[in-house]
Amino acid sequence: MRAYRALLHLYPASFRREYGEEMCAIFARDRRGARGPLDRVMLWGGAIREVLGNAVLVHGDILRQDLRYTARTLFRARGFTLTAVAVVALGVGANTAAFSITDFVLLRPLPFPQADRLVKLWESERGYSRTELSPANYRDWKAATQSFDRLGAYTLTSLNLVGPDEPQRLQGADVTSDLLPTLGVQPALGRLFTAADEREGAPGTLLLSDRFWKHGFGGSDSILGRRVLLDDEPFVVIGVMAPDFQFPTRTVEFWRPLRFSADDYLDRSNTYLYGLGRLKPGVTLSAAQEEMTLVAAQLAQQHPNDNENIGATLIALGDEVSRQSRLLLLTLTGAALCVLLIACANLANLLLARALGRRRELAVRAAIGAGRERLVRQLATESLTVSLLGGACGILLAVTVVPLLATLVPQTLPVAHGPSVDLRVLVFAGLLTVATGLAFGLVPVLRLGGDASRGGLREGARAGGGRKERLRSALVVGEVIASVVLLVASALLMRALWTVQARDPGFKAEGVITLRTALPLPKYDATARRQAFYRAVLADVRALPGVSNAAYISGLPMVMRGGIWAVTLDGVAEKKGNPQKVGLRFVTPGFFASLGIPVHAGRDVSESDKTGGEAVAVVSESFSKRYGTGQNLIGKRFTIAFARRVIVGVVGDIRVRGLESDSEPQVYLPSTQVPDGWLTPYAPKDLVVRSSAPAGQLLPSLRAIIRRADPNQPISDVRALTGIVEMETASRAVQMRVVGAFAAIAFLLAAIGIHGVLSFAVSQRTSEIGVRVALGAQRRDILAMVLRQGVLLAAAGVIPGIGLAYLVARSMGALLVGVKPNDTTAFAATAALSVVMTLAGCLMPTLRALRIDPVRAIRAE
Amino acid sequence: MIPLPPATFHILVAVADEDRHGYAIIQDIAARTGGELKLSAGTLYRSIQRMQEQGLLVETRERPAPEFDDERRRYYRITPFGTAVARAEARRLSQLVKMARARGLAPERS
Repeated sequence: MRAYRALLHLYPASFRREYGEEMCAIFARDRRGARGPLDRVMLWGGAIREVLGNAVLVHGDILRQDLRYTARTLFRARGFTLTAVAVVALGVGANTAAFSITDFVLLRPLPFPQADRLVKLWESERGYSRTELSPANYRDWKAATQSFDRLGAYTLTSLNLVGPDEPQRLQGADVTSDLLPTLGVQPALGRLFTAADEREGAPGTLLLSDRFWKHGFGGSDSILGRRVLLDDEPFVVIGVMAPDFQFPTRTVEFWRPLRFSADDYLDRSNTYLYGLGRLKPGVTLSAAQEEMTLVAAQLAQQHPNDNENIGATLIALGDEVSRQSRLLLLTLTGAALCVLLIACANLANLLLARALGRRRELAVRAAIGAGRERLVRQLATESLTVSLLGGACGILLAVTVVPLLATLVPQTLPVAHGPSVDLRVLVFAGLLTVATGLAFGLVPVLRLGGDASRGGLREGARAGGGRKERLRSALVVGEVIASVVLLVASALLMRALWTVQARDPGFKAEGVITLRTALPLPKYDATARRQAFYRAVLADVRALPGVSNAAYISGLPMVMRGGIWAVTLDGVAEKKGNPQKVGLRFVTPGFFASLGIPVHAGRDVSESDKTGGEAVAVVSESFSKRYGTGQNLIGKRFTIAFARRVIVGVVGDIRVRGLESDSEPQVYLPSTQVPDGWLTPYAPKDLVVRSSAPAGQLLPSLRAIIRRADPNQPISDVRALTGIVEMETASRAVQMRVVGAFAAIAFLLAAIGIHGVLSFAVSQRTSEIGVRVALGAQRRDILAMVLRQGVLLAAAGVIPGIGLAYLVARSMGALLVGVKPNDTTAFAATAALSVVMTLAGCLMPTLRALRIDPVRAIRAE
Repeated sequence: MIPLPPATFHILVAVADEDRHGYAIIQDIAARTGGELKLSAGTLYRSIQRMQEQGLLVETRERPAPEFDDERRRYYRITPFGTAVARAEARRLSQLVKMARARGLAPERS
């Protein structure tokens, strides 16, 4: 019988209390009727099955009933419901959005088999932690290392496709035949590259991306074996990759075999390869790093001229996301968690206040026979309903917000699609919602449920003892702390953004349109042929109405950040192992005028700087500071890019490496003074046009001009120069806005929290205040009484909040370009906002306390 | 509320003429259906709980003569509303049978 009683515990307690005895009696009767062991087994089997089935149904009945009741009460208390749902929605929404981005960038494994064994290989050089590999070092590393199953290399490239439609510029990658097998991928159609494809002089072969195959060739099945002309060179398509394979970047449309000629192995300082290896099973990253450090040291001994100070750096492919991106996302997640904590504290406070306010209703229900279990269950249904509603709204919020945050995903992430709210994220949101509802909804309910029946019916019963008051106050203090941390963080980020935005790039971006015409080789191998193209285009462009100047350059600032060369200056001893590095660019005349870069001394490059004439160079101000030591550099000579050149002009510095990094001094060479076929990657390809006419009006004319100069020449990367500068701060701006939005939410919630606690305190103390007023207390005294409580709450939060914020700010250091973590303005602004928050929270309760009419307040007793 | 679940209808029929306690309801139903339907205790009380909430049944305080009474037992009585609902359900069922009969799906009334 005891076993049957235990079985009945599957039913809700209320049901058991009501019918348990009767059911036991019936079971006892049946048992008496059972004859023999078989009957008894049948009886028990039936009982277990029956209790299991019915218990679920009875629970369902109660749930339905509770839900109906909940719907009614929540509808009646619309204000409460809306606030609570909104609070949960903000918390869950913020976290779901933050999680979906963080998960996408940092947590999710890359879409390659056993991606944790993939490692990027870099050369490391003093001053530069990561530089690309030279072909010779790649070859020697590969021959020496024992740590890798496979090792491959690749480099990015872009080529012109001339087809029946408008010519196109395509992004692609040159890969060694080992690279794709290293990643562990297979083609969707056809085959991968083999060593035969890499041999010099072998017919060109090509792998297409799924997107290029579908858009460029209509997804045709007969694509294999098709000939494609890229940069006027024929390639045979040997395969198509799967749709989700996007390596090394998301914009890659094709892969070509990377070929090295004997010449490529000569210069170890010509670094342009990215190395990628798959570690052997059981070999750790640090073991591989140790081995490669030794290999690099050996090479440094063998080639002291080129390889001195060249080390090896290994980084897991999954960790390649830059430190800045990582920190940015962690900040975002931290901010979202702060919002969630505040939201939870607020929800708990709301529920506590509501439960306290409903003591009488609960007491009445208890008095007419509802057990504690039923009341707690009813309240739990209510808080879970609120949190589920909030969670659903939060997910909707996240779905709308996540695409806006896509700029936070680094472009180099080799993942096909942007972040989205998928099943993984939904599960996260669901768990978060239920946890919120349970942890912060049930605790107040359980604390209250215990004593609902005691004293609740007494007229004028005081709700909330000292303990609950303290709990509520502690929750509000927590909210204030978190909101102070967020406010300081967003104030610091805002200051950092302004600092970066205020930096002078060194050129005037307004009114400059840029586009790229990358001239294909070998068609444009000859310098004179390129010059003819530039001259034809520039002359026509300059003649357009509204255009004040135009020029060509080999790499736009902030787009091409590299182009670093060593210089040797007459009379300046070359420091061994620390070559003097500068950024090198080839330009046509008019570049400085087009970008508004001031010419401080001497002249621009000009049409008269001919091939074969004296080689000239224009240098930037920091170059002249580095070498000039106060004297005029015009007329001085130095060696760069295989030639001695005379300095003819000094111009202002520009931030080629972007607003947040320091740039090397710049050297500009006339595009005319290059031997045919030399330095072709430095052939000017970016057209810059300064014009007062709007871009939309200008563009058709520009296209027509280029088509006239070369009908097969594609145009790509049409951009306003201001857009390029803005891109520099885009992710910072988004991040600042996100953290700022979180801070604003936190600020609002904390104010609501203070308001809630004070309102409740005032309503509980109505009669006390009435008595005080009746006994002669002045309005001033009442005001002080209420305000003191509010100020105490705020102070208890603000003071530790400021301390915590300072710690958080220190860990955000890398994001705070030019702003100190103890920035006075940010902290002062936060302190001021906290005062506003406290006053706003205190306002309504204080007014209510002041308006208390002593006569009515006392009569109510 | 109509159509009623079969268990509900059977319980209403069982208490239609006199107040009964739970076990008596089970027995009455079993007897009327020739042992074909034997409600389990769980199904019975779950139905009773619902029927009380719906106002079809009430627990009665009138007790039979002490010698027949068992202190543990609760007796249930049909409400006027319960009677009305049971009538409506019976009418619905006989309508159905009439329709089936018209198409030769059920035997003629004997």
